[in-house]
Amino acid sequence: MKYVSTIGIECHVQLKTKTKLFSEVDNDARGKEPNSCVSPVDYALPGMLPRLNGEAIRMAILAGRAMNCEINPESRFDRKHYFYPDSPKGYQITQFYQPIIGAGYVELPSGTKVRIEHAHLEGDAGKLTHFDSYSLVDLNRVDTPLIEIVSMPDIHSAKDAHDYCKELWRLMRFANVTYGDLYNGNMRFDVNISLAPEDSQELGTRAEVKNLNSFRSVERAVEYEIKRQTKLLEAGKKVVQETRGWSDDTGETTGQRSKEEAKDYRYMPEPDLPPVRLSTEFIEAESAKLPLMPADYRQKFKDVIADEILEILLDYPELASKLGEIDQKYVKNIANLFTSVLLAEEKSAEYLNTLPTANDLNELAEMNSKKELSSTATKEVFLRLFDPQMKGHGTRQIAKELGVIQENDLGALEKIVNTVLAKPETQKAQSDFKAGEEKVIGFLVGQVMKESHGKANPSAVQEILRKKLS
Amino acid sequence: MKIANKKVTAERLVKDALAKAKHFEDYNIFTYLNEEGALKKAREIDARIAKGEEVGRLAGVPYALKDNFLSPEGETTAAAHILEGFTSPITATAVKKLEDEGAIMIGRVNMDAFAHGSSTENSYFGPTLNSHDKKRVSGGSSGGSAVAVALDIVEFATGTDTGGSIRQPASFNGVYGLKPTYGCISRYGVVAMASSTDCIGFFTKTPEDMDLLMSIASGKDTKDLTTLDDYYNNSKATKAQKVGIIKDFDNDSVDKEIRRALKHKCELLKSKGYEIVELEMPALKYALAAYYIIVPAEVTSNLSRYDGVRYGFRSDDSVNLDELYSHTRDEGFMPENKRRIMIGNFVLSSGFYDAYFLKAAKARTLIVEEYAKAFSKCNFILTPVAPNPAFKLGEKVNDPVAMYLEDVMSVPLNLAGVPGLTIPAGKTDAGLPIGLQLVGPRRSDKSLIEFSKELAE
Repeated sequence: MKYVSTIGIECHVQLKTKTKLFSEVDNDARGKEPNSCVSPVDYALPGMLPRLNGEAIRMAILAGRAMNCEINPESRFDRKHYFYPDSPKGYQITQFYQPIIGAGYVELPSGTKVRIEHAHLEGDAGKLTHFDSYSLVDLNRVDTPLIEIVSMPDIHSAKDAHDYCKELWRLMRFANVTYGDLYNGNMRFDVNISLAPEDSQELGTRAEVKNLNSFRSVERAVEYEIKRQTKLLEAGKKVVQETRGWSDDTGETTGQRSKEEAKDYRYMPEPDLPPVRLSTEFIEAESAKLPLMPADYRQKFKDVIADEILEILLDYPELASKLGEIDQKYVKNIANLFTSVLLAEEKSAEYLNTLPTANDLNELAEMNSKKELSSTATKEVFLRLFDPQMKGHGTRQIAKELGVIQENDLGALEKIVNTVLAKPETQKAQSDFKAGEEKVIGFLVGQVMKESHGKANPSAVQEILRKKLS
Repeated sequence: MKIANKKVTAERLVKDALAKAKHFEDYNIFTYLNEEGALKKAREIDARIAKGEEVGRLAGVPYALKDNFLSPEGETTAAAHILEGFTSPITATAVKKLEDEGAIMIGRVNMDAFAHGSSTENSYFGPTLNSHDKKRVSGGSSGGSAVAVALDIVEFATGTDTGGSIRQPASFNGVYGLKPTYGCISRYGVVAMASSTDCIGFFTKTPEDMDLLMSIASGKDTKDLTTLDDYYNNSKATKAQKVGIIKDFDNDSVDKEIRRALKHKCELLKSKGYEIVELEMPALKYALAAYYIIVPAEVTSNLSRYDGVRYGFRSDDSVNLDELYSHTRDEGFMPENKRRIMIGNFVLSSGFYDAYFLKAAKARTLIVEEYAKAFSKCNFILTPVAPNPAFKLGEKVNDPVAMYLEDVMSVPLNLAGVPGLTIPAGKTDAGLPIGLQLVGPRRSDKSLIEFSKELAE
């Protein structure tokens, strides 16, 4: 029997707000001591009450609009109870009954549409590190704002699961609401997978693989689950509804103890936070701040940039946005420089922080198209534009300093050619060429280039030489 | 109240208060006496007075702090074992406002642990005795606060009222006790019992003192998103004409002498030209049931943070995390705390939420509407606070239902968020204080306090 897989994905996105979701303490704990970004509210001292971070509300609106979602004018917070040292309050503040982000969809590069059921705001938990006889608790991450994005079961392959997660990552980065550093858990994926016979109207029993933090592991985990569940079903066995863990090393999922499934979170409305009421005007004004999204760039550049190049660029919101400022006729050239030169650099990540101005890039492309810069010189000048010390020098100035501007003035070039042709050491080559030995033209061009200190445009030189020697 | 000045020093006021506190030690009022800290502050204030500096509206006034208010002075334990050893780095907003005006905390006072109770018998430190009869309870949960004011140890005391915890002990001890409109005074830095009904309030000897404290402590606090705008000081006391009484509260389950006191006050009002209106408020009969669903649910949730991991008491003999939690909470909570935790978990359990919590929330809406209707017919409502005067120690502590029935006339206000003021209304033949409760619409706190003067004799 053939089986169809159905996949739903929940994605947690850490928002890059300045302060935490419910307190005024620093939300950016990167490179800081454990438990140094913790307020009395996060620490859950007695009598502490949550405040609500307006920036998180604004970012949730942007994130929602990036996924074509409705923004609910009224949303509320609820408490989700469980005991664990990563949760100082003994509950997580989340939005169980009335989330801020309503239904929407994400369109994958392949054209597949994945509907979004809803997305809600909630506080993250702390981090535990376990040792043999004790565990250490770091509360820096407590109440970092998260949005949890819940998809509809619209995905049916491991590749689409991969592409959906990657597209979400792009959307959140383009909307500028997260650092999007997967390695550090800025985005985490829980994937539900079930199999059903091809002609079945009902979905099969699902297994949930939790806490995946790369697109590749999402893809591999789905592939593995499809294989595992197919094998079970073909053997006439049943799939158990359970949470499974993924190991990148073994490439397998394994069942986690079902004790967790008996959990009753005893949801309750959060009485310390009034409902969030947003006016239509506010929602519209905030939504208007959403920059161009990957889909917009695909539309904008579809006839200019090759799909493969564009999809690479869409992993870098900075590059896409910069390209948006570039003169239409130079977009292709600059896009190629971005992908083949910049991204090939070892320190490309640092370079992304010091992108040149659109003016400088336009000028670079212009000089290249006018043959003032050879393609080698263009690459050289291009990389110099990222050098913070070169900032403000301007493309032409840098090219001059490097001495790489090509001589295109035919009169001037002819003078140099004449000088070279008058030299005794070129006489033999001249007569060889006239005798039909085509390849010595290279030697003569080389001599002219040398005479011009490399500034002559070689193709123009060759043209003049051919005329003179014919 | 007596305020320090050039003639009467703050040091004198504080020393007198401390001496009285020690004199009445056998009432078990204080959980912590702030001798050093209070005297130091008093001397600072005296020095400033001597220099002619502005020292605030409560300069040198000694007061008692209910043990569930956070301040760095003494351990904040909420009279619960599980908070033993906890010294707060934070000062509650209400405490800060009082101290900014020069008030001096001479000690922390006893209460039912986590404010769960109506007699202060649920305290880890044992019960506080009634100011008029040591064989009887002080009421609760703010028993220590009421007795400290009734015995004239301090000029005022802070309290919290989640279902009657200010008004009932005030009536048991013959002092004024105000539960303001919900959201009038910041809850920041006060150990939470039930977030949606908790109110911060005061015990005083006069309505004038109550007004002064309210004008100082009330107002918007960015640290408590449920606080209202600064309405108290912007409101004017409105003139009342009609006072309502609730027919259903006039029955045999209410003590004869209390009913007599209520009638007497009605006669007094009539003689002053006020009209007495009989009200039917049938929705109030759901109040106690709704209260004992909503409040335990919030209690369960708010007590989840006491797990022995970060502060307070931690049980020693645990070999794993589950044991750390269960042993700490088993040893750290009082039986009444556990009872409410269990009820709360039950009503929030999946499958029961709709049947209990959601239904109670709907009943709450009916109660809110019932009060709105009532206040379209009268300016204020006058009712008993509790069905009886102070009862004997041990009489109800092992009968939770009887104890919960104590709250039948006080909890509807908390569910509706309306203010209630206990006023002294004479004594029983046996000499026990009787209190009556004056109830007003939301934000009528100032008018309520002003009107209470009409009832004084």
